Amino acid sequence: MTTNGAACTASELLAVISARLLRDGQVVFAGVGIPLLAATLAQRLHAPDLTILFEGGVIGAFIEPGKLPPSTNEQRCTRRANMVLGSTEVLLLLQRGYVDVGFMGGAQIDQYGNLNSSFIGEPGRPITRLPGTGGGNDIASLTQMIVAMKHEKRRFVNRVDFVTSPGFLSGGDSRHAAGLIAGGMFRVVTDLGVFGFEEGAKRMKLLALHPGVASDQVQENTGFELLMDADLPVTDPPTENELAVLRHLDPDRLYTA
Amino acid sequence: MTIAYDELCRRTRERDRSLREKVMSLEEAAALVPDGASVGIGGSTLSRTPMAMIWALIRAGRKNLFCCRSITSSEGELLFASGASSHILTSWFSQGIVWGVSRVMRLYTETGRARFEEWSHMAVGLRFRSGAMGVPFLPMRSMMGSDLIGRLPDTRQIDCPFTGEKLVLVPALNPDVALIHVQRCDAYGNAQIDGLPFMDIDLAIAANRVILTTERIVSNDQIRRSPDHTKIPFLAVDAVVEVPFGSAPHECYGLYEPLYKHLDFYAAQIRQDPDQGCKDYLERYFYEPKSWTEYLGLLGLDELLEASRCGRSIYDD
Repeated sequence: MTTNGAACTASELLAVISARLLRDGQVVFAGVGIPLLAATLAQRLHAPDLTILFEGGVIGAFIEPGKLPPSTNEQRCTRRANMVLGSTEVLLLLQRGYVDVGFMGGAQIDQYGNLNSSFIGEPGRPITRLPGTGGGNDIASLTQMIVAMKHEKRRFVNRVDFVTSPGFLSGGDSRHAAGLIAGGMFRVVTDLGVFGFEEGAKRMKLLALHPGVASDQVQENTGFELLMDADLPVTDPPTENELAVLRHLDPDRLYTA
Repeated sequence: MTIAYDELCRRTRERDRSLREKVMSLEEAAALVPDGASVGIGGSTLSRTPMAMIWALIRAGRKNLFCCRSITSSEGELLFASGASSHILTSWFSQGIVWGVSRVMRLYTETGRARFEEWSHMAVGLRFRSGAMGVPFLPMRSMMGSDLIGRLPDTRQIDCPFTGEKLVLVPALNPDVALIHVQRCDAYGNAQIDGLPFMDIDLAIAANRVILTTERIVSNDQIRRSPDHTKIPFLAVDAVVEVPFGSAPHECYGLYEPLYKHLDFYAAQIRQDPDQGCKDYLERYFYEPKSWTEYLGLLGLDELLEASRCGRSIYDD
C-alpha cells in the first residue's frame, strides 16, 4: 500500500496504527501475531513503560528483535520479563481488573464487535474449523478491547457465524445483561481505517480513514451498514521511523494479518 | 463428568504416596495408561509437551484416550491421526499461527472423525484448579453471552448468592492420568520446573495418577537444597521416566527451543495430504524407530544442537 508517508504492507499499517492507540503506563494483554508486534512497537517508541502480558504466563514482556515467538507460550516470551507465572494466574489478573487493554485479532467480526475464531459456516458442520478461542474469550469478556484485522467483506459480516469472543453481543445493554460487567470493544483497526462503537446501540462506527482510502470503499468492503460522520479525519501515515523499528522487530515478516 | 468427592478421595488414598523410588521406562509408564483413560497433558502449545510419553502411548496402540490440555499443537494432530484419541478438550488447537490453520485438526474435526471440545483458556485452567482444590466447580466471569457456552452442557450459569451478579460455574476436571514433562526431578518425583509453569501444578494435583518425564533425574539431596524450586511434590507422582529431549520437536525451557526446521517440514508434509502425510510422519518418526534415542537421531543432530544452543541462550545476559 502506498501512502503519503512511507510505503508499507497492510500488516505493517495495522501494526503501526494500532500501536499508536496504546498509552504509556498501560497494562496490555496481547495475543500472538500483530497484537504482540504492535504492543512491542509501542513499547519501543512512545510507550516505554507499557506493561505487556501474555497468556502463556508472562508479566512485562520485552520481545527481542528477530526473535518473535510462534505463540505466547514459549521461552522467547519471557526474556527480560518481570515475572513468569501460571497461565491461569495471568488470566485471573484480567478477571481481577488489573488489565487496561486487551489486544487481539480475529477471523470474523460483526457490527457489534463480536469476534469469531472458531467456525466458518454452521458449527455443527463447519466449512472451516478454526483454532478457537485460546484466551480470546476471557480477554474480550473481561477488559477493553483493541482488535487489529484485515478489512475484507467476508471478515466484516452482519452476524458472525459463531461468537467466540463477545463484543457488544446484540448491542444496547445486551453485553451487561449477559453478565459481562467489565470491558467491551474499544477500537477496531484495519488496513482501511479506525473504528469505534457508538454510545447506545453499540454499533460499529468509522472514526478515521487511512490516507488514500474513501469512505465508500470502506462500506463496499463491509457486510453491514457502517455508521460514519460526514467529515472524517485521516490518520497520519506510518513514519519512516515507525516502519524502521517495526522491520527491525520482525525482519522476516513472520506475522501477517 | 465430575467425580464424587468420596470416590476422588478413595482413589487418592489407594495410591502409594510414600517417599519411594518410582523410576521406570517409557514402555512401563505407558502400561499405566489404559485405553479409554482421561489424560491431562502438561505444558502448553510448543512448550514442555510430554512428547516422549505421547510417542510411547501411540506406539503402544492406545485407543479412545480423552485428552485435555491448555493449548494443543501438533501432538493433538498425532493423537488424532494415530487413533489414540478422538476427543481433545482444549482452548486452542493448531500447530501454531506461523504455520496457518492445521490441516489435520481441520480434517478430523470437519468430517466428524474426532472432536475438539473448545473451552476458554481460563475455563480450562479453573477446571484443573477446581480438580486440584477438591471442590466440584469454580465460578468465573468469562464465556457468558458467547456461543462457546451453548456448546458446553457441563457448565451452569447462576446468580451469585452474595451479590446477585451472573456467574458461570465450570466443573472440576480430575483426569485419570496427567503426563507432565519437567527439566529435573528426583527418583521420588519431586519435580522442579524452570520458566513457564502453565497449568501443570494444578493438573498434577488434580489428576488421579501422574507420570513425570524429565530431562534429568537428580538426587534427592539436590532437590532438598532448593525446595522452593520444587513445583510438584513426590506424593502426587506415580512414575518417573528420564527422557533427554523429551519434548522434541517442541521446546523445554532453558534447554532447547522448538526444532523449527523439523516443524516446518512437518507442516509441509501435512499440507499436501493431511491424512496420508500425517500417517507417513507417524510411521517414520513414531513406529519405525526402535528407541527414543533413535527417534532423536531421525530429528537430526544439527537440529538438536541448534535448538539446544537457542534454548540455553535464555540465560545469557
